Amino acid sequence: MTYIIERIGIWIGAFLTFAILSFLYKDNPFYKIAEQIFIGISAGYWFIYTIYNILIPNLFTPVLTDLSANRLLLIPAFLGFLMLCRLIPKIDWVSRYPISFVMGTTAGMSLILFLRSDIIKQTSETMMNPFSAPDLAATIGQLILIIGTITGIIYFFFSKKHEGAFGTTAKVGIYFLMISFGAAFGYTIMARISLLIGRLNFLLGNWLGIIKP
Amino acid sequence: MRRQFPLIITFFIGTLIVISEFIPHKPFGNLSDTFYGWFLIISGFAIILGQLNLFKVNLIKISRKSPNWRYYIIALVSFIIMVLFGLLWGTQKHPGLLTNTQPLIDFLGRKPFDYLFKYFFENLSATMFSLLAFFVASASYRAFRARSPESTLLLTSAVLVMLGRTTIGTWITGWVPESLTYLHLPNIANFIMEYLNTAAQRAIMICAGLGVVGSSLRIILGIERSYLGGK
Repeated sequence: MTYIIERIGIWIGAFLTFAILSFLYKDNPFYKIAEQIFIGISAGYWFIYTIYNILIPNLFTPVLTDLSANRLLLIPAFLGFLMLCRLIPKIDWVSRYPISFVMGTTAGMSLILFLRSDIIKQTSETMMNPFSAPDLAATIGQLILIIGTITGIIYFFFSKKHEGAFGTTAKVGIYFLMISFGAAFGYTIMARISLLIGRLNFLLGNWLGIIKP
Repeated sequence: MRRQFPLIITFFIGTLIVISEFIPHKPFGNLSDTFYGWFLIISGFAIILGQLNLFKVNLIKISRKSPNWRYYIIALVSFIIMVLFGLLWGTQKHPGLLTNTQPLIDFLGRKPFDYLFKYFFENLSATMFSLLAFFVASASYRAFRARSPESTLLLTSAVLVMLGRTTIGTWITGWVPESLTYLHLPNIANFIMEYLNTAAQRAIMICAGLGVVGSSLRIILGIERSYLGGK
Protein backbone atom coordinates (compact mmCIF):
# COMPACT_ATOMS: atom_id res chain seq x y z
CA MET A 1 0.00 0.00 0.00
CA THR A 2 2.84 2.37 0.86
CA TYR A 3 4.21 1.89 -2.66
CA ILE A 4 0.89 2.96 -4.21
CA ILE A 5 0.66 5.99 -1.92
CA GLU A 6 4.22 6.90 -2.88
CA ARG A 7 3.41 6.52 -6.58
CA ILE A 8 0.39 8.79 -6.11
CA GLY A 9 2.73 11.33 -4.48
CA ILE A 10 5.10 11.12 -7.45
CA TRP A 11 2.21 11.60 -9.90
CA ILE A 12 1.04 14.63 -7.92
CA GLY A 13 4.61 15.95 -7.97
CA ALA A 14 4.78 15.45 -11.76
CA PHE A 15 1.44 17.23 -12.22
CA LEU A 16 2.56 20.16 -10.09
CA THR A 17 5.88 20.34 -11.96
CA PHE A 18 4.08 20.56 -15.30
CA ALA A 19 1.56 23.01 -13.88
CA ILE A 20 4.35 25.40 -12.84
CA LEU A 21 6.28 24.91 -16.09
CA SER A 22 3.10 25.66 -18.06
CA PHE A 23 3.69 29.31 -17.14
CA LEU A 24 6.37 29.35 -19.86
CA TYR A 25 3.55 29.30 -22.37
CA LYS A 26 1.40 31.84 -20.55
CA ASP A 27 -0.46 32.42 -17.29
CA ASN A 28 -3.15 29.75 -17.04
CA PRO A 29 -5.46 28.12 -14.46
CA PHE A 30 -3.11 25.17 -13.88
CA TYR A 31 -0.28 27.53 -12.97
CA LYS A 32 -2.57 29.58 -10.76
CA ILE A 33 -3.72 26.48 -8.87
CA ALA A 34 -0.14 25.26 -8.38
CA GLU A 35 0.94 28.75 -7.34
CA GLN A 36 -1.77 29.00 -4.68
CA ILE A 37 -1.00 25.50 -3.39
CA PHE A 38 2.64 26.57 -3.13
CA ILE A 39 1.72 29.70 -1.19
CA GLY A 40 -0.59 27.83 1.20
CA ILE A 41 1.77 24.90 1.75
CA SER A 42 4.81 27.18 2.27
CA ALA A 43 2.94 29.34 4.77
CA GLY A 44 1.74 26.23 6.60
CA TYR A 45 5.21 24.72 6.57
CA TRP A 46 6.84 27.81 8.08
CA PHE A 47 4.02 28.09 10.62
CA ILE A 48 4.67 24.57 11.88
CA TYR A 49 8.44 24.99 11.61
CA THR A 50 8.28 28.11 13.78
CA ILE A 51 6.14 26.41 16.42
CA TYR A 52 8.22 23.22 16.68
CA ASN A 53 11.70 24.67 16.19
CA ILE A 54 11.51 28.15 17.70
CA LEU A 55 8.60 28.57 20.09
CA ILE A 56 8.42 25.13 21.74
CA PRO A 57 12.15 24.73 22.57
CA ASN A 58 12.82 28.38 23.41
CA LEU A 59 9.58 29.34 25.17
CA PHE A 60 6.95 26.71 25.88
CA THR A 61 9.17 23.86 27.12
CA PRO A 62 11.28 25.99 29.51
CA VAL A 63 8.24 27.85 30.86
CA LEU A 64 6.06 24.75 31.29
CA THR A 65 8.77 22.59 32.83
CA ASP A 66 10.40 25.09 35.19
CA LEU A 67 8.57 28.39 35.45
CA SER A 68 10.45 29.72 38.48
CA ALA A 69 13.80 29.49 36.70
CA ASN A 70 12.46 30.87 33.42
CA ARG A 71 10.15 33.59 34.68
CA LEU A 72 11.94 36.19 32.55
CA LEU A 73 10.78 34.38 29.40
CA LEU A 74 7.30 35.67 30.10
CA ILE A 75 8.51 39.09 28.91
CA PRO A 76 9.22 38.01 25.30
CA ALA A 77 6.07 35.86 25.45
CA PHE A 78 4.06 38.96 26.35
CA LEU A 79 5.83 41.01 23.67
CA GLY A 80 5.11 38.24 21.15
CA PHE A 81 1.45 38.35 22.13
CA LEU A 82 1.49 42.13 21.60
CA MET A 83 2.98 41.47 18.15
CA LEU A 84 -0.07 39.39 17.24
CA CYS A 85 -2.29 42.36 18.16
CA ARG A 86 -1.19 43.83 14.83
CA LEU A 87 -4.05 41.80 13.35
CA ILE A 88 -6.63 43.86 15.27
CA PRO A 89 -6.74 47.34 13.70
CA LYS A 90 -8.04 49.11 16.83
CA ILE A 91 -5.08 48.13 18.98
CA ASP A 92 -2.43 47.53 16.32
CA TRP A 93 -0.27 50.31 17.83
CA VAL A 94 0.70 48.04 20.73
CA SER A 95 2.76 45.97 18.27
CA ARG A 96 5.21 48.90 18.20
CA TYR A 97 6.67 47.72 21.52
CA PRO A 98 7.82 44.28 20.31
CA ILE A 99 8.86 45.83 16.99
CA SER A 100 10.97 48.40 18.83
CA PHE A 101 12.56 45.61 20.86
CA VAL A 102 13.34 43.65 17.69
CA MET A 103 14.71 46.77 16.00
CA GLY A 104 16.88 47.62 19.01
CA THR A 105 18.27 44.08 19.20
CA THR A 106 18.84 43.89 15.45
CA ALA A 107 20.50 47.30 15.31
CA GLY A 108 22.77 46.58 18.29
CA MET A 109 23.79 43.16 17.05
CA SER A 110 24.22 44.24 13.40
CA LEU A 111 26.38 47.16 14.48
CA ILE A 112 28.76 44.87 16.33
CA LEU A 113 28.67 41.97 13.85
CA PHE A 114 29.17 44.06 10.72
CA LEU A 115 31.82 46.17 12.38
CA ARG A 116 33.71 43.05 13.37
CA SER A 117 33.21 40.71 10.42
CA ASP A 118 32.72 43.00 7.45
CA ILE A 119 34.64 46.17 8.15
CA ILE A 120 37.53 45.23 10.47
CA LYS A 121 38.10 41.68 9.21
CA GLN A 122 37.90 42.54 5.51
CA THR A 123 40.09 45.60 5.94
CA SER A 124 42.74 43.68 7.88
CA GLU A 125 42.65 40.86 5.29
CA THR A 126 43.40 43.44 2.60
CA MET A 127 46.34 44.89 4.55
CA MET A 128 48.86 42.26 3.49
CA ASN A 129 52.24 42.13 1.87
CA PRO A 130 51.55 41.00 -1.71
CA PHE A 131 55.20 40.12 -2.28
CA SER A 132 55.17 37.47 0.43
CA ALA A 133 53.18 35.18 -1.89
CA PRO A 134 54.86 31.88 -2.89
CA ASP A 135 54.77 32.43 -6.66
CA LEU A 136 54.41 35.16 -9.28
CA ALA A 137 50.76 34.36 -10.08
CA ALA A 138 49.79 34.69 -6.41
CA THR A 139 51.74 37.96 -6.11
CA ILE A 140 49.92 39.41 -9.12
CA GLY A 141 46.65 38.09 -7.70
CA GLN A 142 47.24 39.73 -4.33
CA LEU A 143 48.22 43.02 -5.95
CA ILE A 144 44.97 42.86 -7.95
CA LEU A 145 43.12 42.08 -4.71
CA ILE A 146 44.48 45.21 -3.01
CA ILE A 147 43.92 47.47 -6.04
CA GLY A 148 40.42 46.06 -6.61
CA THR A 149 39.37 46.53 -3.00
CA ILE A 150 40.65 50.11 -2.79
CA THR A 151 39.23 51.20 -6.16
CA GLY A 152 35.93 49.48 -5.33
CA ILE A 153 35.67 51.39 -2.07
CA ILE A 154 36.50 54.61 -3.90
CA TYR A 155 33.65 53.92 -6.33
CA PHE A 156 31.22 53.69 -3.40
CA PHE A 157 32.39 57.03 -2.01
CA PHE A 158 29.59 59.25 -3.26
CA SER A 159 30.33 62.39 -1.20
CA LYS A 160 32.87 63.53 -3.80
CA LYS A 161 32.18 63.99 -7.49
CA HIS A 162 33.68 61.21 -9.61
CA GLU A 163 35.96 63.26 -11.87
CA GLY A 164 39.67 63.59 -12.60
CA ALA A 165 42.03 61.10 -10.96
CA PHE A 166 39.33 60.19 -8.44
CA GLY A 167 36.88 59.43 -11.25
CA THR A 168 39.45 57.32 -13.11
CA THR A 169 40.11 55.29 -9.96
CA ALA A 170 36.38 54.87 -9.44
CA LYS A 171 36.13 53.68 -13.05
CA VAL A 172 38.67 50.93 -12.32
CA GLY A 173 36.49 50.02 -9.32
CA ILE A 174 33.50 49.69 -11.63
CA TYR A 175 35.46 47.24 -13.80
CA PHE A 176 36.17 45.07 -10.80
CA LEU A 177 32.53 45.23 -9.73
CA MET A 178 31.40 44.26 -13.23
CA ILE A 179 33.67 41.21 -13.23
CA SER A 180 32.27 40.22 -9.84
CA PHE A 181 28.66 40.70 -10.97
CA GLY A 182 29.41 38.64 -14.07
CA ALA A 183 30.78 35.82 -11.91
CA ALA A 184 27.74 36.03 -9.62
CA PHE A 185 25.46 36.00 -12.66
CA GLY A 186 27.24 32.92 -14.02
CA TYR A 187 26.79 31.15 -10.71
CA THR A 188 23.10 32.10 -10.57
CA ILE A 189 22.49 30.67 -14.02
CA MET A 190 24.34 27.49 -13.11
CA ALA A 191 22.28 27.11 -9.92
CA ARG A 192 19.00 27.56 -11.80
CA ILE A 193 20.05 25.19 -14.56
CA SER A 194 21.03 22.55 -12.01
CA LEU A 195 17.58 22.92 -10.42
CA LEU A 196 16.06 22.42 -13.86
CA ILE A 197 18.20 19.33 -14.37
CA GLY A 198 16.91 18.13 -11.00
CA ARG A 199 13.34 18.54 -12.21
CA LEU A 200 14.09 16.65 -15.42
CA ASN A 201 15.72 13.94 -13.31
CA PHE A 202 12.53 13.71 -11.27
CA LEU A 203 10.30 13.52 -14.34
CA LEU A 204 12.42 11.09 -16.31
CA GLY A 205 13.61 9.08 -13.30
CA ASN A 206 11.13 9.01 -10.42
CA TRP A 207 8.03 9.54 -12.53
CA LEU A 208 8.62 7.80 -15.87
CA GLY A 209 11.47 5.52 -14.79
CA ILE A 210 13.34 6.09 -18.08
CA ILE A 211 16.58 6.96 -16.32
CA LYS A 212 17.94 5.96 -12.92
CA PRO A 213 17.29 8.90 -10.54
CA MET B 1 3.77 58.27 24.32
CA ARG B 2 2.75 55.75 21.66
CA ARG B 3 5.84 56.77 19.68
CA GLN B 4 8.21 57.94 22.38
CA PHE B 5 8.18 54.79 24.52
CA PRO B 6 9.08 52.44 21.63
CA LEU B 7 11.94 54.80 20.72
CA ILE B 8 13.20 54.61 24.30
CA ILE B 9 13.01 50.79 24.22
CA THR B 10 15.01 50.70 20.96
CA PHE B 11 17.64 53.07 22.35
CA PHE B 12 17.88 51.18 25.64
CA ILE B 13 18.15 47.69 24.12
CA GLY B 14 20.46 48.72 21.27
CA THR B 15 22.81 50.59 23.62
CA LEU B 16 22.88 47.73 26.14
CA ILE B 17 23.85 45.23 23.43
CA VAL B 18 26.64 47.48 22.16
CA ILE B 19 27.88 48.09 25.73
CA SER B 20 27.78 44.36 26.54
CA GLU B 21 30.15 43.75 23.63
CA PHE B 22 32.75 46.05 25.13
CA ILE B 23 32.15 45.22 28.81
CA PRO B 24 31.89 41.42 29.01
CA HIS B 25 31.37 41.46 32.80
CA LYS B 26 28.30 41.41 35.05
CA PRO B 27 25.67 42.79 34.66
CA PHE B 28 26.34 43.22 30.92
CA GLY B 29 28.03 39.87 30.25
CA ASN B 30 25.06 37.72 29.35
CA LEU B 31 22.72 40.48 28.22
CA SER B 32 23.49 39.95 24.56
CA ASP B 33 22.63 36.22 24.77
CA THR B 34 19.49 36.87 26.82
CA PHE B 35 18.24 39.48 24.37
CA TYR B 36 19.05 37.21 21.47
CA GLY B 37 16.91 34.47 23.06
CA TRP B 38 14.05 36.93 23.50
CA PHE B 39 14.58 38.18 19.96
CA LEU B 40 14.17 34.60 18.68
CA ILE B 41 10.88 34.18 20.54
CA ILE B 42 9.46 37.50 19.34
CA SER B 43 10.55 36.83 15.75
CA GLY B 44 8.80 33.45 16.04
CA PHE B 45 5.61 35.31 16.85
CA ALA B 46 6.37 37.71 13.99
CA ILE B 47 6.57 34.78 11.56
CA ILE B 48 3.26 33.48 12.85
CA LEU B 49 1.82 36.98 12.48
CA GLY B 50 2.90 36.88 8.83
CA GLN B 51 1.15 33.55 8.21
CA LEU B 52 -2.01 34.67 10.01
CA ASN B 53 -1.98 37.91 8.04
CA LEU B 54 -1.78 35.92 4.80
CA PHE B 55 -4.76 33.91 6.02
CA LYS B 56 -6.65 37.11 6.85
CA VAL B 57 -5.84 38.79 3.52
CA ASN B 58 -6.94 35.71 1.57
CA LEU B 59 -10.12 35.49 3.61
CA ILE B 60 -10.91 39.15 2.87
CA LYS B 61 -10.26 38.63 -0.85
CA ILE B 62 -12.61 35.64 -0.89
CA SER B 63 -15.34 37.39 1.08
CA ARG B 64 -15.16 40.44 -1.23
CA LYS B 65 -15.09 38.18 -4.28
CA SER B 66 -12.08 40.00 -5.74
CA PRO B 67 -10.74 38.88 -9.16
CA ASN B 68 -9.56 35.23 -9.16
CA TRP B 69 -11.03 34.78 -5.67
CA ARG B 70 -11.60 31.06 -6.23
CA TYR B 71 -7.85 30.46 -6.39
CA TYR B 72 -7.39 32.00 -2.94
CA ILE B 73 -9.61 29.26 -1.51
CA ILE B 74 -6.97 26.77 -2.66
CA ALA B 75 -4.26 28.70 -0.80
CA LEU B 76 -6.38 28.79 2.35
CA VAL B 77 -7.23 25.10 2.20
CA SER B 78 -3.57 24.16 1.57
CA PHE B 79 -2.51 26.30 4.52
CA ILE B 80 -5.13 24.80 6.85
CA ILE B 81 -4.33 21.23 5.81
CA MET B 82 -0.58 21.73 6.27
CA VAL B 83 -1.03 23.33 9.71
CA LEU B 84 -3.57 20.73 10.84
CA PHE B 85 -1.39 17.82 9.71
CA GLY B 86 1.62 19.38 11.40
CA LEU B 87 -0.19 20.01 14.66
CA LEU B 88 -2.08 16.71 14.83
CA TRP B 89 0.48 14.18 13.64
CA GLY B 90 3.66 16.23 14.07
CA THR B 91 6.69 16.21 11.81
CA GLN B 92 9.54 13.78 11.24
CA LYS B 93 11.39 15.01 14.32
CA HIS B 94 8.52 16.21 16.50
CA PRO B 95 5.47 14.40 17.86
CA GLY B 96 2.08 15.99 17.29
CA LEU B 97 -1.01 16.28 19.46
CA LEU B 98 -2.29 12.83 18.49
CA THR B 99 -0.44 10.02 20.17
CA ASN B 100 -1.33 6.97 18.08
CA THR B 101 0.19 7.94 14.73
CA GLN B 102 1.84 4.66 13.74
CA PRO B 103 -1.05 3.19 11.66
CA LEU B 104 -1.17 6.31 9.49
CA ILE B 105 2.62 6.39 9.15
CA ASP B 106 2.55 2.73 8.09
CA PHE B 107 -0.13 3.54 5.52
CA LEU B 108 1.55 6.66 4.02
CA GLY B 109 5.14 5.63 4.52
CA ARG B 110 5.82 8.83 6.49
CA LYS B 111 3.90 11.37 8.56
CA PRO B 112 1.19 13.27 6.63
CA PHE B 113 3.03 16.59 7.08
CA ASP B 114 6.22 15.06 5.66
CA TYR B 115 4.24 13.49 2.82
CA LEU B 116 2.92 16.93 1.82
CA PHE B 117 6.38 18.39 2.22
CA LYS B 118 8.01 15.72 0.04
CA TYR B 119 5.53 15.54 -2.79
CA PHE B 120 4.02 19.03 -2.81
CA PHE B 121 6.39 21.56 -1.26
CA GLU B 122 9.67 20.12 -2.60
CA ASN B 123 8.38 19.74 -6.16
CA LEU B 124 6.70 23.12 -6.21
CA SER B 125 9.62 25.08 -4.79
CA ALA B 126 12.23 23.37 -6.98
CA THR B 127 10.15 23.90 -10.13
CA MET B 128 9.33 27.48 -9.22
CA PHE B 129 13.02 28.34 -8.87
CA SER B 130 14.07 26.29 -11.91
CA LEU B 131 11.53 28.27 -13.92
CA LEU B 132 13.84 31.23 -13.44
CA ALA B 133 16.46 29.47 -15.58
CA PHE B 134 14.32 30.20 -18.65
CA PHE B 135 13.71 33.81 -17.72
CA VAL B 136 17.37 34.40 -16.85
CA ALA B 137 18.39 32.88 -20.18
CA SER B 138 15.84 34.99 -22.04
CA ALA B 139 16.87 38.16 -20.18
CA SER B 140 20.56 37.56 -20.80
CA TYR B 141 19.93 36.96 -24.50
CA ARG B 142 18.26 40.38 -24.71
CA ALA B 143 20.49 42.30 -22.30
CA PHE B 144 23.89 40.76 -22.88
CA ARG B 145 25.34 42.87 -25.64
CA ALA B 146 28.95 43.92 -25.44
CA ARG B 147 28.06 47.58 -25.94
CA SER B 148 30.52 49.08 -23.44
CA PRO B 149 33.73 47.98 -21.69
CA GLU B 150 31.72 47.36 -18.49
CA SER B 151 29.14 45.09 -20.11
CA THR B 152 31.92 43.28 -22.02
CA LEU B 153 33.67 42.55 -18.72
CA LEU B 154 30.44 41.32 -17.17
CA LEU B 155 29.69 39.08 -20.14
CA THR B 156 33.24 37.72 -20.36
CA SER B 157 33.54 36.92 -16.68
CA ALA B 158 30.10 35.25 -16.61
CA VAL B 159 31.00 33.05 -19.60
CA LEU B 160 34.47 32.20 -18.25
CA VAL B 161 33.12 31.28 -14.82
CA MET B 162 30.33 29.16 -16.30
CA LEU B 163 32.70 27.35 -18.64
CA GLY B 164 35.43 27.00 -16.04
CA ARG B 165 33.15 25.57 -13.40
CA THR B 166 31.68 22.86 -15.63
CA THR B 167 33.22 19.84 -17.32
CA ILE B 168 32.96 21.51 -20.72
CA GLY B 169 35.67 23.97 -19.62
CA THR B 170 38.09 21.15 -18.92
CA TRP B 171 37.12 19.52 -22.20
CA ILE B 172 37.67 22.69 -24.30
CA THR B 173 41.12 23.54 -22.90
CA GLY B 174 42.24 20.05 -21.98
CA TRP B 175 44.63 19.94 -24.96
CA VAL B 176 46.61 23.01 -23.82
CA PRO B 177 50.16 21.87 -22.87
CA GLU B 178 51.21 21.51 -19.26
CA SER B 179 53.50 24.57 -19.44
CA LEU B 180 50.48 26.80 -20.16
CA THR B 181 48.18 25.50 -17.43
CA TYR B 182 47.18 29.03 -16.46
CA LEU B 183 45.25 29.14 -19.75
CA HIS B 184 43.06 26.22 -18.68
CA LEU B 185 39.51 27.48 -18.27
CA PRO B 186 39.09 26.03 -14.76
CA ASN B 187 42.27 27.88 -13.70
CA ILE B 188 41.06 31.13 -15.28
CA ALA B 189 37.72 30.73 -13.49
CA ASN B 190 39.57 30.05 -10.23
CA PHE B 191 41.70 33.17 -10.72
CA ILE B 192 38.60 35.28 -11.37
CA MET B 193 36.86 33.91 -8.29
CA GLU B 194 39.89 34.04 -6.01
CA TYR B 195 41.21 37.50 -6.80
CA LEU B 196 39.04 39.67 -9.06
CA ASN B 197 35.73 38.60 -7.53
CA THR B 198 37.09 38.65 -3.98
CA ALA B 199 38.42 42.19 -4.45
CA ALA B 200 35.03 43.51 -5.55
CA GLN B 201 33.19 41.51 -2.88
CA ARG B 202 35.51 42.93 -0.23
CA ALA B 203 34.82 46.48 -1.39
CA ILE B 204 31.08 45.75 -1.32
CA MET B 205 31.27 44.14 2.13
CA ILE B 206 33.30 46.98 3.64
CA CYS B 207 31.00 49.65 2.20
CA ALA B 208 27.82 47.72 3.04
CA GLY B 209 29.20 47.18 6.55
CA LEU B 210 29.71 50.91 6.92
CA GLY B 211 26.15 51.42 5.70
CA VAL B 212 24.75 48.91 8.20
CA VAL B 213 26.70 50.50 11.06
CA GLY B 214 25.37 53.92 10.03
CA SER B 215 21.78 52.67 9.78
CA SER B 216 22.05 50.84 13.11
CA LEU B 217 23.27 54.01 14.79
CA ARG B 218 20.41 55.97 13.22
CA ILE B 219 17.92 53.41 14.57
CA ILE B 220 19.45 53.28 18.05
CA LEU B 221 19.61 57.08 18.32
CA GLY B 222 16.02 57.44 17.12
CA ILE B 223 16.87 59.36 13.92
CA GLU B 224 15.44 56.58 11.77
CA ARG B 225 11.91 55.85 13.00
CA SER B 226 10.02 54.75 9.89
CA TYR B 227 9.57 51.26 11.42
CA LEU B 228 7.05 52.78 13.86
CA GLY B 229 4.62 53.48 11.05
CA GLY B 230 2.89 56.68 10.09
CA LYS B 231 0.22 56.95 12.77
